[in-house]
Amino acid sequence: MQTTKKALAVLCAATLAVGALAACSSSKSSGGSTKTSGSSAPKVNLSGKTFTVLGQWTGAEQKAFQAVLDGFKKATGATGTYTPAAGGDEATVLGTKVNGGTPPDVAMLALPGAISQYAKANKLQPLGSDAKAGVAANYASVWTQLATVGGNVYGVPFDASNKSTVWYATKPFTDAGITNPPATWADFLKSAKTLSDAGVQVPVSIGGGDGWTLTDWFENVYIRTAGLASYDKLTHHQIPWTDASVTKALTTLKELWSNQALIGSPANALKTPFPASVDNTFKASAKSAVVFEGSFVATTITGDKLPAKVGTDAKFFPFPSVDGSKPALVGGGDFAVGFTKNAAVQPFLAYLASAEAAKAIVGSPGSGFLSANKNLATSDYNDATSGELGKQIVSVGDNFRFDMSDQAPAEFGGTPNKGEWADLQTFLGNGNVAAAQKALEAHAKAAKGW
Amino acid sequence: MTQQPGEPIADGPAVGSAVLVADAPTTGSDGRAGKPPRELGQARWLSIIFLGPALILLAVIVLYPLVYSAVRSLFDDGPAGTTGGFVGLRNYGSVFTDPSTFRAVKNNIIWILVAPTVITIVGLIFAVLSERIRWSSAFKLVLFMPMAISFLASGVTFELIYSDQPSRGLANAVTVGIRDTFSSPSLYPETHIRTGGSFTGSASSGYTTTKAYSPGTPVLIPMVGLSLTSPPKGLVSAQPPSTGPGLNGVVWNDFRRGGGGTVGKVDPGELGLKGVHVQALQDGKVVASTTADAKGDFSFPGLTSATYQVKLPASNFAPPFNGLSWLGPNLITPSIMIAYLWVYAGFAMVLLAAGMAAIPRDALEAARIDGATEWQVFRRVTAPLLAPVLLVVFVTLVINVLKIFDIVFVISSGAGANGKYADVLATQLFNAYGQQRYGIASAIGVVLVLVVVPFMALNIRRFRREQR
Repeated sequence: MQTTKKALAVLCAATLAVGALAACSSSKSSGGSTKTSGSSAPKVNLSGKTFTVLGQWTGAEQKAFQAVLDGFKKATGATGTYTPAAGGDEATVLGTKVNGGTPPDVAMLALPGAISQYAKANKLQPLGSDAKAGVAANYASVWTQLATVGGNVYGVPFDASNKSTVWYATKPFTDAGITNPPATWADFLKSAKTLSDAGVQVPVSIGGGDGWTLTDWFENVYIRTAGLASYDKLTHHQIPWTDASVTKALTTLKELWSNQALIGSPANALKTPFPASVDNTFKASAKSAVVFEGSFVATTITGDKLPAKVGTDAKFFPFPSVDGSKPALVGGGDFAVGFTKNAAVQPFLAYLASAEAAKAIVGSPGSGFLSANKNLATSDYNDATSGELGKQIVSVGDNFRFDMSDQAPAEFGGTPNKGEWADLQTFLGNGNVAAAQKALEAHAKAAKGW
Repeated sequence: MTQQPGEPIADGPAVGSAVLVADAPTTGSDGRAGKPPRELGQARWLSIIFLGPALILLAVIVLYPLVYSAVRSLFDDGPAGTTGGFVGLRNYGSVFTDPSTFRAVKNNIIWILVAPTVITIVGLIFAVLSERIRWSSAFKLVLFMPMAISFLASGVTFELIYSDQPSRGLANAVTVGIRDTFSSPSLYPETHIRTGGSFTGSASSGYTTTKAYSPGTPVLIPMVGLSLTSPPKGLVSAQPPSTGPGLNGVVWNDFRRGGGGTVGKVDPGELGLKGVHVQALQDGKVVASTTADAKGDFSFPGLTSATYQVKLPASNFAPPFNGLSWLGPNLITPSIMIAYLWVYAGFAMVLLAAGMAAIPRDALEAARIDGATEWQVFRRVTAPLLAPVLLVVFVTLVINVLKIFDIVFVISSGAGANGKYADVLATQLFNAYGQQRYGIASAIGVVLVLVVVPFMALNIRRFRREQR
């Protein structure tokens, strides 16, 4: 099990390196059909036309996407054929196809860096006016910006993930008499202390064995202590990692990470990979009560067949605000881009931007898809927890930020035992802020491709 | 050009290969008269036909990648796996300067120095032993069996054996079991003093009241951290201390399920900590000690005259022994070596046992008749006669250890952030390749080839010598 996870991590790292789609999420259970309702999609007659879509999804996610293709066929008559990349390695498959001159008509990309890479190589078709208008009308402008390269918009946001969520087991909270989940960082630390007093041995479970969980911790604290402008600058390494804002974020993080009563021994946290950190929180007679990570914690709970039920035994609260910071959200998402001038491509991309397509994907059972589409109601989602997760992405609007490490060169932000992953692991181990900053800056400087 | 049926065809490949391997350079292209040129030419022609497909395959899948890797190792890595500019030997420099690859180099050296020697010695011991016991075939079979299991499977097995949690890993289940038979674990390892009270010390030094109590004043010692969902069996609700003669007090878990209650006060539903050792101190010296009763009450009826501090010694809270961190930074490589030994000891034993069976009995008998002890027989007769086989086993192991990958990869992937401490060159190569850092990956590959080549040459030379 752990081996497959590591293999997966390696695969993801490899995928990140090419800078294309890497949906490193766990697989989901069953799937099913989808209700399609209303229609704001453009009415074009494309009957008999066909096009191809390359993606990474299989299983329930593939079924959800198929529902979108079916909806499009019903609306226009064009048949889209979805192919999941062989071996789950979309970056390589797509790269080979594009370089070989036979790109798919449409591909799903998980990294803004991949959009810019293909756009700069003149391999992408800019969005037509319908699709562009659809994205502008249905999504916060930050999503358009993420898909804009050199003044042209290339991608339509498809799904989104919410990585600003802290998950907790409700029972230990009730036992400890904590009625309201913490809303501020100070409350968060206090609740953790209360849990510790109430006999929860490792109140906050940290999956420090996987470096990426630590980058997500850092990003969520940083976006709150430093603000959006600094977040954007650090994302593109326009300010050094030795900046005072980084000091502040790491010092804040240290209040938790260096407190053995709250997180157990850091050495143990460093031995715990992400899936184990979720297991330790939600298994029977768990020693932890809180685990931080994105919306995919829910799919890990169901995928690992843990006894906790998402929504009742396992709930989440938004990442706590630090020093009165405004709501901000770190997340990810996939973008659909068009590679060819196939007549069905632009209408399809426009369709993807519509509320109808968004409803089809989030209503599909088991996929765990969320969407940043503004026209969705919580009730459009397959379950209430997903609805809540999705609502947060929409309500945060332009304060949404794409995962920082996913936008850094893979060598720095996406490689086990290297760069940011390793430096934050070292920091978790020794709590030395200055040394961490120095190492982060040195490794950021050494990485190519900012 | 009609062929003689039978002879040339039967001879062809054998002659051909001999020519190719040994004599080709000397009798090569000249086609001098004197020898039967036609026969030889025909044989060579035939041999080329027979060897051709294999040679082409070798060239395509071995020679070309080898040469290409060597060339690629001299170039930098561009973005997204593209080839960058020529950098000379800089990638090789990185292999030895980058901390992570250099750690792999060091680990590889440790592996080569330790593993083949240990495995050969253990194999030898088993081989000698197997000669002297009944059911030796069964013994050999059992020891050889791990060779039939893939490294992946043995890796997963050992990853479980080394698991940190004593409830899951065999290695720690045994160490914890042994340790706990000799010293019983403490009563309340998970509890700590409620913050805000007037106590000094920590769980590892014991807690002492800052205040000195006079008899008649109840000593309240609020602890927290006891599991509320599954508290130790036999605990009952705490009661405020009795008011008998002497110094009285209560030690209890100041937290009840669902919260509520007053901090520092014994509330209904809060459990007494039965069996806690309590000491009374006068001027820092222990004057009396007792243990708390079922309700958490303790009393020192004899202490009536002075004021006393109360101490809960650290032995109450000693953290349980959770075994060794087999996959921690220090033990991970030795742990993997043990797994490797488990796999390869049987291999060494079988080869050495075969070698020993070939040693002429009369030499051994003669030595024994001459009055040699068994140890002398082993050292002076068996070992020298076995030397060639020992060398084969050793060199084979060196080569296998140099390219060691799968077992390290599998076991270290279960070690979280500590996995990197087990890295060897081959896992670094794999990682670099996965990250599309092909320049470094190629350089590591070339380094590995360069290190293996001398051992290969040694082995090949030995084989040739034997064939003569």
